[in-house]
Amino acid sequence: MTPKQVSKPPLWRRALALALEIWGVLRRPGVVFSLGALVFAGFIAGVVFWGAFNTALELTNTEEFCTSCHEMRENVFAELKRTIHYSNRSGVRAHCPDCHVPHNWTNKIARKMQASKEVWGKLFGTISTREKFLDHRTELAQHEWARMKANDSLECRNCHSADSMDVTRQSPRAVDSHQRFLFTGQKTCIDCHKGIAHELPDMRNVPGWQ
Amino acid sequence: MNRHRNHRRACLFAAIALVATATLAAAQTFSALRGPTPLDQEGQAPVMTPEQNSAQREARNYPEQPPLIPHSIEGYEVSIRGNKCLSCHARSRVRESQAPMISITHFSDRDGQFLASISPRRYFCTQCHVPQHGVQAPVANDFVDIDTLLPPSAKRQR
Repeated sequence: MTPKQVSKPPLWRRALALALEIWGVLRRPGVVFSLGALVFAGFIAGVVFWGAFNTALELTNTEEFCTSCHEMRENVFAELKRTIHYSNRSGVRAHCPDCHVPHNWTNKIARKMQASKEVWGKLFGTISTREKFLDHRTELAQHEWARMKANDSLECRNCHSADSMDVTRQSPRAVDSHQRFLFTGQKTCIDCHKGIAHELPDMRNVPGWQ
Repeated sequence: MNRHRNHRRACLFAAIALVATATLAAAQTFSALRGPTPLDQEGQAPVMTPEQNSAQREARNYPEQPPLIPHSIEGYEVSIRGNKCLSCHARSRVRESQAPMISITHFSDRDGQFLASISPRRYFCTQCHVPQHGVQAPVANDFVDIDTLLPPSAKRQR
């Protein structure tokens, strides 16, 4: 007969005890380190945390990161490669986040929080095949257009600004349209420039399209 | 045996003569379009030119000619999902865009029924309408339009 073991308390009770112990240490004043040392250590830790946070954030803001998933790489990224935003006469490339994430910090964080839903989509394979993606394409495009309409095409204006536009260097049609609609504030970039970096979704119910 | 050999020799000569004539003929026929580059070699491709983008309408060379597109259409999608051309040239879009409206002949289906908008058979614009590039025609064209062809006496007041 084996000796009867002393039964341990359940896991949640032990975890609670540990949490209470840590809380007990945290709420008491320090007795070993000076206040100055604690403040300085906190400052250094803050710098390290902030640097790590921003580095990680920027890592998720690159073309390599976006195209590391097949949902992007063999799909919308393949479509982008045929457009002027990927290769052009001046050799400047608009990477995925240039159009899909604002450069301004506050707007960027807001967009990144919104984008956490995309992780959910990735985990559950919402658009894991081209066919599934095409089924969702209209809805996804509507989200992008709605955001750009609401923020006055902020992502476009990461690079293109109406102030630096020299209309004498544009084609006659571009001059006419920009002067009538863009400079007067009647329309924003995305109102006319839809489907310029990817193929179009079904446009039947989109205003201005047939 | 001897007769057989003669026959074979004759055949050989005939074949050589045929190949030589064909090669000569080919060199003469194709030299106009592909330049002096031999058939088994890649010639140098002509320089690519941008699409003309003046937005100035061109005269038609004959009345039935589909009007040319006087502007760049690079990246304009015309597919089952959408038609970029129609976002300016459709009837309902012309007021805002000030572009010429697509002809109402394009509203008629193949049974002669007029539809409310463009007929599916006329949907793919670039089947007939094309943009232009500033290049020399590879083959000379001596087309004469009807106004030039008719003697002055036959011309009515236009």
